[in-house]
Amino acid sequence: MTQEVVIQAQNLDLTFPTNDGDVHALKDVNLDIHKGDFVSFIGPSGCGKTTFLRTIAALETPTAGTVTVNGMTADEARKSRAYGYVFQAAGLYPWRTIRGNIKLPLEIMGYSKAEQEEHVTKVLDLVDLRGFGQKFPWQLSGGMQQRASIARALAFDANILLMDEPFGALDEIVRDHLNEQLLQLWDRTNKTIAFVTHSIPEAVYLSTKIVVMSPRPGRISDVIESTLPRERPLDIRDTQEFQDIAHRVREGLRAGHAYD
Amino acid sequence: MRNVLPILTVVTAIMVIWYAASVGMNKKWTYDQAGRAGTEVTFTEMVVDTWAQERPVLPAPHQVVAELYRSTVEKKITSKRSLVFHGWITLSATLLGFVFGTGMGILLAIGIVHNRAMDMGVMPWAIASQTIPILAIAPMIVVVMNTIGATDLLGKEAATAMFGYQPAFMKGILPKAVIAAYLSFFPVVVGMVKGLRSPDHMQLDLLKTYNASKSRTFWSLRMPSSTPYLFTSLKIGMAAALVGAIVSELSAVPLRGLGARMLTGSYYGQTIQIWAALFAAATLAATLVAIISWIERRSLKKMGMS
Repeated sequence: MTQEVVIQAQNLDLTFPTNDGDVHALKDVNLDIHKGDFVSFIGPSGCGKTTFLRTIAALETPTAGTVTVNGMTADEARKSRAYGYVFQAAGLYPWRTIRGNIKLPLEIMGYSKAEQEEHVTKVLDLVDLRGFGQKFPWQLSGGMQQRASIARALAFDANILLMDEPFGALDEIVRDHLNEQLLQLWDRTNKTIAFVTHSIPEAVYLSTKIVVMSPRPGRISDVIESTLPRERPLDIRDTQEFQDIAHRVREGLRAGHAYD
Repeated sequence: MRNVLPILTVVTAIMVIWYAASVGMNKKWTYDQAGRAGTEVTFTEMVVDTWAQERPVLPAPHQVVAELYRSTVEKKITSKRSLVFHGWITLSATLLGFVFGTGMGILLAIGIVHNRAMDMGVMPWAIASQTIPILAIAPMIVVVMNTIGATDLLGKEAATAMFGYQPAFMKGILPKAVIAAYLSFFPVVVGMVKGLRSPDHMQLDLLKTYNASKSRTFWSLRMPSSTPYLFTSLKIGMAAALVGAIVSELSAVPLRGLGARMLTGSYYGQTIQIWAALFAAATLAATLVAIISWIERRSLKKMGMS
């Protein structure tokens, strides 16, 4: 493939100094993410998957090595608002309506009033929350709140979506539904998505590329290119192909991970 | 209705204890008077007398209520003997000081949250300021401000030019307001520092991904998040401002206000007057705090934070 590289990490190292000595969160991480990829980061807690995502977002600064996003340094990319970030919790402002919450980044980025309205209406449709714009966050279920927070990350024209365990706090039924919707959304918007999870089925179901990570120090132990088609109904999870990929992910996790 | 019984029980208990204490504390005077007149008093006569003395050690509740009625309803509100007049003098100083103190407190908190030097430099002074007994510092502020002539809200000429006369509350209000502000800024500083720092890392990171400026972060996130803390601080600050105003009235000129009523009452042994002023002050404080609570409930409900 000659796809354009959107995110590139080279020899990335990151240590956090703590009172008990340094914590080696990322060690020698190399990865290319291409335009339109859906990349999942999977691994046990402490493997640095969230740290890696935060480094791409320039919320953490690497100790060594480089990250480029859209050909810029991560911090330049952040300042040019290259990505939308979705956190584990929806984090909507209780004093703003759903529309008001989605409008927040647009206000900060100086979109005109007319553009704000247009964008909000568009993304509300995209996450299937049409008609809920005037509601306040507490009037919505957890799943709907998380969809609103995804809409907020999509509202401005960033071509990258970074998602840090966005569905981690939701029950499995809601999660399945949101996974399906997320795939449709990805298909329609053609964004590049980096997605942190610790669920194997979620990673396999969603991704075109699965990055398996292992802890102490945090590093990449396997990168799996998915052979599943772009079009993925939920019951693709019962196919042999899906099981095979899931098996390889599990092997990768086991190999890179000392369970003692 | 379920709340009425416990409340009534408590009120009744207080009344019983109060009336009994009145008898206990005032009976010496009754027996002394009888002894001097060479008469005997029965127990019933003694009890009735202890609840109706002119200068009792502890006035009975009904005496305080009667005094409150006399000095509010039966007096013109412009009269120097009207508790409404004195209450308004105290209230105006309290409110002026409260507004200044709250404003100062919020500004200091904003500085402390945004500037590390201020965080290290201001907080110790703010705490130290509150360790000085207000009774010690109030007369000094009054004297200093009197000396430099900063006592009235508007000068006599300016006030007369504007209203045709100098409103009573404006006279001597500034030292009182300063002391009220001195007491009320502190809870606001402490509460607002906590409130402005209440947004969690995730919320701050989110705004960082938007490359939001500090002032944006302040107005969009920090300020709204601090609202519940602000109201809590305002309630404490308001009560503190009232205490400050009353304490400063013990030394301020002219001798007016609820504090002055308590002071003159104690000069002349007018215990009933003191208690009436005390109750007026307590009612004032309760009303002011209740108003803030009402605004708090409405705002927080509107902001989806209740």
